[in-house]
Amino acid sequence: MSMQSAILPHAGARTLNADALHADARRETFGLLALLSPGLLLVFAVIIVPIGWLFWLSLFDETGSLSASNYARFFQQPSYIKTFLTTFKVAFAVTGACVVLGYPLAYMLSQLPRRAASICLILVILPFWTSVLVRTYAWLVILQRKGLINSWLIDLGVISQPLPLANNFAGVIIGMTHIMLPFLVLPLYASMKTIDIDCLRAGMNLGASPAATFRQIFFPLSLPGLASGVVIVFVLCLGFFVTPALMGGGKVIMWAMRIEQTTSLYSNWGAGAALGVVLLAVTLALLGLFQWLLGARATGVWSSR
Amino acid sequence: MSMENALPISHRQRLWLYALGALVLLFLIAPSVIIVIMSFSGSTLLQFPPEQWSLRWYESYFGSVEWRDATIVSVKVAVMTMIVATPLGTAAAYAINAGTLRLTGAINALLTASLIIPVILIGIGTFFLYARIGLNNTLTGLVIAHTVQALPLVVLTVVSGLRSYDMNQEKVARSLGANRFSAFLQVTMPQIRFSIVSGALFAFITSFDEVVVSLFISGGETTTLTRRMFNALRDQIDPTIAAISTCLIVLSIVLLSAAQLFGRGR
Amino acid sequence: MQRFSVRNCVTTNCRGSVQALPQLRPAMNDPESREMLLSIAPTALPIGISGIEKRFGGVSVLRDLSLDVAAGEFLTLLGPSGSGKTTLLMILAGFVRANAGSIKVGGEEIIAMPPHRRNIGMVFQNYALFPHMNVFHNIAFPLKQRRVSTAETAERVEKALDLVQLKGLGERRVDQLSGGQRQRVALARAIVFEPRIVLMDEPLSALDKSLREHMQIELRNLHRRLGMTTVYVTHDQREAITMSDRIAVMNAGCIEQIDRPEVLYAAPKTRFVAGFIGDSNFIPVESRNGSVWYEDRKIRMTSAVPAAGCHLMVVRPEKLRLVADAQPAGSVNVIPATVGDVIYQGDSFACYATLRDGRQVTLRDYCRSDVLARLPGPGEPVNLGIDAEDVVLVAAD
Ligand SMILES: Nc1ncnc2c1ncn2[C@@H]1O[C@H](COP(=O)(O)OP(=O)(O)OP(=O)(O)O)[C@@H](O)[C@H]1O
Ligand SMILES: [Mg+2]
Repeated sequence: MSMQSAILPHAGARTLNADALHADARRETFGLLALLSPGLLLVFAVIIVPIGWLFWLSLFDETGSLSASNYARFFQQPSYIKTFLTTFKVAFAVTGACVVLGYPLAYMLSQLPRRAASICLILVILPFWTSVLVRTYAWLVILQRKGLINSWLIDLGVISQPLPLANNFAGVIIGMTHIMLPFLVLPLYASMKTIDIDCLRAGMNLGASPAATFRQIFFPLSLPGLASGVVIVFVLCLGFFVTPALMGGGKVIMWAMRIEQTTSLYSNWGAGAALGVVLLAVTLALLGLFQWLLGARATGVWSSR
Repeated sequence: MSMENALPISHRQRLWLYALGALVLLFLIAPSVIIVIMSFSGSTLLQFPPEQWSLRWYESYFGSVEWRDATIVSVKVAVMTMIVATPLGTAAAYAINAGTLRLTGAINALLTASLIIPVILIGIGTFFLYARIGLNNTLTGLVIAHTVQALPLVVLTVVSGLRSYDMNQEKVARSLGANRFSAFLQVTMPQIRFSIVSGALFAFITSFDEVVVSLFISGGETTTLTRRMFNALRDQIDPTIAAISTCLIVLSIVLLSAAQLFGRGR
Repeated sequence: MQRFSVRNCVTTNCRGSVQALPQLRPAMNDPESREMLLSIAPTALPIGISGIEKRFGGVSVLRDLSLDVAAGEFLTLLGPSGSGKTTLLMILAGFVRANAGSIKVGGEEIIAMPPHRRNIGMVFQNYALFPHMNVFHNIAFPLKQRRVSTAETAERVEKALDLVQLKGLGERRVDQLSGGQRQRVALARAIVFEPRIVLMDEPLSALDKSLREHMQIELRNLHRRLGMTTVYVTHDQREAITMSDRIAVMNAGCIEQIDRPEVLYAAPKTRFVAGFIGDSNFIPVESRNGSVWYEDRKIRMTSAVPAAGCHLMVVRPEKLRLVADAQPAGSVNVIPATVGDVIYQGDSFACYATLRDGRQVTLRDYCRSDVLARLPGPGEPVNLGIDAEDVVLVAAD
């Protein structure tokens, strides 16, 4: 009865039109690659090629012969070691400050009703869209010797001498915390939003106190978001340039500033390149470690802004 | 506020939380507000609140040829970056979303590399490269460098737009006789246009606010606004910068509102 | 009009002949609607699908699948979730690329043709109407692609709207339509350009039950009037039986059986088909010495005795009867059993019984007074009767 029983007359039925279909698939792949290629080419030319080139440069000393002296310098010169220490100190301090400020904020946002939350969220996103330069300038104005804070405090009689708030370590930390905070709050908020409220209700129903429910259920569930925020903030801090350059008062030399000085001021490309290569390696290693540990991509931060 | 989002927190704790959250929000937003107010100050001293009001810093901004030229350069570069990055990013997002390519992970990583790689490295790298091919201090060079930095944002925005779009519609359009490109133009694009516009706005603002790379590769005729501001800030704190900053803040607000409005249009 | 009558005779296909022909459909009599149809009815063409292979990664989803669809036929692909129905439909439409195989429409190979040149109308499960266009522009879309003049477009869209009973709704926005109306718009859009074939992937599954049943009839009538070759996908067996000329039952990437609904029901060829369409009792039997045996009883049957070995006898619940006599008489087979439970269902009752080997069977009958009078109680031994002509054997896996 059935037409199914009709036996295929072709001996090679298994590969009927297989070549044509394969060619067609290849055509489609090429089409899609063509769509990608302009973007990929640009990235390749402007990021990959120069960085590869810098890496190559870093392998040669000033006389032009192959040597590891550019890298050896890191362990020999105290000024380099100091730079690394400063950089990590700043990165840890800023990340810590961001966690301390960002967690309550994200928690509050996740508690607010939708409308209020979206209004508050705008206040988080707006700084994200505002130039780093503008925000750094604002902090300079607020924190400097004759700045707002100091003149207020003096007017109020709290202090007699201006506090050193800008052009030092504290200024850098404050300024950078302000810039990094949204990078922590946005992924953290996103992950808190996905926590199932029923899960928490169940916890409280089962007799856990609010504090215990928070500690044992909510906090652990928000950890992945916190982790991705922490990693991205830390990594961005390591390579940050603008704020420390303007607010450090020449006293806080961070890694990126060192690179700039070495290349622009001393025109020592080999040494600057070596610094850059190691910075990149540390950054990628941290991100790789993060991805390996949590299986998540840190770049997700940007899609939420 | 309803019991729906009653999370593990008691009433008193909630008040504390809100107070703390409000303080952090204040910390985030206060600097911009202060700068806007101070930009209308009448004195060279940085007082807050200002004792006299004036527009002299705005006059100083708009009256200065140097600031004006730098602004024009920045606008030109930002517009061109937007014009280049948006179609490139959209095309790449479409290809990524099709999902039939192998190595999508590697492609994604490459396209979003500039978000992760320290900007300073991109700065010296492009400077070094441009020095060989004579692109330093040119608009073209700036546009190319900024496009690379804006591209990942466009790609991420458009990909997320495509994810929430029903690709069956494009399929239907193709079965009804439109070729792939024409189906994209007639059916897909009108529906993801919000994402595309947001991506374009991202590209614009990314380029306009870019500092580090511009420090290296712009100069002379093509000094961007941010580079000039950076140098001015290194020297002394000129209240003119408060006026410029206010303009930049307003620009951010306008672009962000535009993005939000378009986003809502869905 | 000729083309409607003629097309049912045109059953040419690449290989072999078509035995299960769709019956000749009633020709159109109403001259007005006939004229209307002449400009919108697609030219029906046969489809010959052969040797389709599809793998996703390493997983084989369609395996050497062949299938012929006669011109103007309404063929349904029926199968459980994941059996490859959508994949096959997508290959037909050109959105999924097979690894090998051939698809001929009216003799023309289309397997590597881009979707927009295939001239195939497609209706998706979620309709995929274009939300940024109104109803008119949705339906006009395929005509616009074909650069049909504005006047003709208006005329044809009007006719299509009329055909799906949406006259006057052209200016509506898509989100102002009900589910059933959206369905109709999707349908109108898929047929307005006279496609050679119409494909539908579970088009009614998003509708509620009563509307779905209504639309089934409407779709069926529309197909009768236009006579387009239609491949329809569903996993609802009732829907398939109601609507189709023939049903292809798919399982794990293969077609198990393809037949007219009544044949499929009465004579399933595999255990899967028997179990998938309607309820079935499976009773193990053995073929030896040229006859078929259930335990020590010889089964009387009208169909041919299969090769020696174990088989399953497929008996539909309504084909089982309670008989008084324990000995087979005439052409009736008798199987002893014990009643487990009897459930009264208003117009009918179901009797659950256990065979001697412990196997459960179900018997269903109408509540006629003669039957009700002799209804057994739980625990009572009964004799189940099966007519010889109702005996269907399938291979035991
Ligand atoms: N793009 C894909 N990539 C990998 N596997 C796929 C893809 N599409 C389908 N499959 C697999 O192919 C098989 C057949 O899928 P298909 O969608 O054709 O099933 P179906 O019969 O339409 O099922 P349903 O009734 O649920 O719609 C499934 O096992 C599915 O997981
Ligand atoms: Mg399906």
